[in-house]
Amino acid sequence: MSRAADKPGGAPGASEQAATQPAKTRAAVIDAALEAAADKNAYLADDTKTEIRICAGTACHASGRVALRKAVDKALAERGLTETVKVIETGCHGFCQQGPIMLLWPKGIFYPHLKPQDIEEVIETSVAGDGVVERLLYRHPGSGEPLALEKEIPFYALQKRVVLSLNGKIDPYSIDDYLAHGGYSALAKVLKDADPSAVIAEIDRSGLRGRGGAGFPTARKWRSCRANPGTKHYVICNADEGDPGAFMDRSVLEGNPHSVVEGMIIAAYAIGADNGPVEGYVYVRREYPFAVERLRWALKQARERGLLGKDILGSGFDFDIRINQGAGAFVCGESTALTLSIEGHRGMPRGKHIRTVARGLWGQPTNLNNVETYANVPWIINHGADEFASVGTATSKGTKIFSLTGKVVNGGLIEVPMGATLREVIFDIGGGMLPGREFKAVQLGGPSGGCLPASLLDEPIDFESLVAAGSMMGSGGMVVVDDTTCMVDFAKFFLKFTAEESCGKCVPCRVGTTRMLEILERICAGLATMDDVELLEQLADDVVEGSLCALGGSAPNPVLSTLRYFRDEMVVHVAERRCPARVCRPLIRYTIDKEACTGCRACLPACPSGAVTGERKEPHRINQKLCIKCDACRQACRFDAVRVETGKPSLVEGRRR
Amino acid sequence: MTTNATAGETEEQELEEQFVELLEHYRGERGALVPLLQGAQAIFGYLPEDVMRRVAEATGEPLSKALGVATFYAQFRLRPHAKHTIRCCHGTACHVSGATRISEELEKYLGIKIGENTPDMLYTIEEVHCVGACGMAPVVMINDRAHGKLTPEKAVEVVRAFQAEAEGSGAEVTAAAEPAGNAVEVEA
Ligand SMILES: Cc1cc2nc3c(=O)[nH]c(=O)nc-3n(C[C@H](O)[C@H](O)[C@H](O)COP(=O)(O)O)c2cc1C
Ligand code: FES
Repeated sequence: MSRAADKPGGAPGASEQAATQPAKTRAAVIDAALEAAADKNAYLADDTKTEIRICAGTACHASGRVALRKAVDKALAERGLTETVKVIETGCHGFCQQGPIMLLWPKGIFYPHLKPQDIEEVIETSVAGDGVVERLLYRHPGSGEPLALEKEIPFYALQKRVVLSLNGKIDPYSIDDYLAHGGYSALAKVLKDADPSAVIAEIDRSGLRGRGGAGFPTARKWRSCRANPGTKHYVICNADEGDPGAFMDRSVLEGNPHSVVEGMIIAAYAIGADNGPVEGYVYVRREYPFAVERLRWALKQARERGLLGKDILGSGFDFDIRINQGAGAFVCGESTALTLSIEGHRGMPRGKHIRTVARGLWGQPTNLNNVETYANVPWIINHGADEFASVGTATSKGTKIFSLTGKVVNGGLIEVPMGATLREVIFDIGGGMLPGREFKAVQLGGPSGGCLPASLLDEPIDFESLVAAGSMMGSGGMVVVDDTTCMVDFAKFFLKFTAEESCGKCVPCRVGTTRMLEILERICAGLATMDDVELLEQLADDVVEGSLCALGGSAPNPVLSTLRYFRDEMVVHVAERRCPARVCRPLIRYTIDKEACTGCRACLPACPSGAVTGERKEPHRINQKLCIKCDACRQACRFDAVRVETGKPSLVEGRRR
Repeated sequence: MTTNATAGETEEQELEEQFVELLEHYRGERGALVPLLQGAQAIFGYLPEDVMRRVAEATGEPLSKALGVATFYAQFRLRPHAKHTIRCCHGTACHVSGATRISEELEKYLGIKIGENTPDMLYTIEEVHCVGACGMAPVVMINDRAHGKLTPEKAVEVVRAFQAEAEGSGAEVTAAAEPAGNAVEVEA
């Protein structure tokens, strides 16, 4: 990047203008346009003012954010504070397990799990007054000590938030908020420099790799897309987020949509400036109505302020973005399927002998990147490639967002430097396992990834080491499971997903995944032999080898990683007909412990199949022939008398009789 | 959606007008097939044959192409659909947190299987893959609202509360005109 761009916002002084007249004028025009883009009268989020920030992410929304907002408005109105205290509904704060979340500035007081009836007290104490409501504060997971401030909470303190830095701070509906926090300054810088290849070189030096799964170097993709001739170039954002159990892209789009828009415009400039027309698309999941709404609003605002559309910031560069909504097909996250889907066809991938960067959408050179990849771009331009590359490992630079879910204490959105270990993420930030439970595995990369056992918890998270371990970075889904999860059932879950989502075009994927699923079903039903396990392994290799696209090519990964790290558990299912986690229904039995049962009859009405019998004050019995293993009796029992057993039926039942 | 005779007729007219407007909006545009089908489904709740025929005509594609696309994507429905959609999330996070038991309990409660409509055409249960609220797994969505941290009993409670609100007050609770991610219906 040239030096001139490092100058802060204002127009250059007249004295400097003499020598390089045209360049200066262009810079001045762009600077003036950027300044004019901001509405001077707009309210701006500010940590030093009295502000109430309510998380409006999906999880907090589900846990009652709307009622909370009403209560806040009412409490403020009653105290005549409506004018002086600003209420902002922000994007996801990331700590979804604690929702609904409210933050009070200027202090940064963090209130989790709020109920409308708590609001009176909170506003009275912490907004009108100067104190905190101690009983409502978050408690340190170890010491139980109340922590008032967001920055003291380990979940936040241990993260490094780059892409998410403005999530939870700014109002996603306000372009002025984004502008006031340095938004679109990277775009202005790039436009002023007017050197598209320098942008690509900068991204190259930063070492940025795609966040959508495969980790392809972003600059290399941009460069070849730029070099490929076409009547038009296309820049597409992949917001399909198909991994079931991941919500990073959704939260970025909902919390800070302009960062993605700005990244896309910069990419479009790098690829399309002085290179013919360029057009943008965002392909977003249908299941994300909020994200679509906020993105649509962001695009509209950007257009109105001259940041998108014709002659962006007076630079003469034209670029616009449209939204395309997916229609519910996982395979459409794949690049060739995605472009076919935009064109209005069935999303069935084609062979990759011709790459999308050469012939993608409408047969033209097309650049496809993930949401998070684009969101990193403005930061890199603003802070420089070196600063970005100073974070991370040798081959994986910068930070990565994960959606940590499953059986952990603190689930949510987590952004950490590449190279952090799984243990740091799951135990230090995630707070570890639920009380009394034991870590069993962590699943990364969704249906294309694999699960890693406890012995690999100290692996650093980077593209290469995860693949070497038999998993992958994927888009950032991280699902933790404990000893109550059956690994065979878990593998079956993913395979069922990929078998259903296979587009059906190639035989190895369509038939192979179905046959593999059948074998896994037999194993879970206690009907398999060891030959089946061998066949499963063989089939997995064939599907990997023979599939047309990466969906089939990676579909067996969950099975392969289970065979690699949890082979014993699978063998036990086959050889002993035992499910150690007591999940696979054909292999478990519900019985009642005679000693513990008080004969209260609570489980009788709970049983939908009439399998439980017994007189009051007499120990009850479960008729195994009628039992459908629905777990209702165990949940109904207040004396913990219902046991779930697994093992050779003859032995256990024999003893019981 | 009130369904007495005269109101029904004007309503039909209204839908027809919306549909014509939709066709106009996308006339001559490339890649309009999917957005048109999405729009048509938003209007009619599903894709009746004559609607598909007219969409195909407007895009200049054969009907077989429109049908091919409509059956490829999980979102599209070729049969009428109940008024309210209950979506049980079976994404990874929800699966490991006990989603199976929740959908079984709801099936039992409503007396229908996943993918079926209740006889009064008020409710349907669908199985979806992740609604993006994994932090609160297991999740059930009723129309556009997500309910998290459920147990089988709580799930039934939530549905019962919704029923009381929707039917008891006679008020229009946002109908599931906008389907999001149906049960997966990919060709085998
Ligand atoms: C079956 C399948 C599903 C995919 N789903 C997604 C997705 O949901 N989001 C995404 O960004 N990339 C997805 N990808 C990866 C994309 O094909 C592509 O590599 C990526 O969007 C490129 O962007 P990046 O270089 O910025 O990562 C998927 C790939 C496959 C094979
Ligand atoms: S897995 Fe259910 S909401 Fe994501």
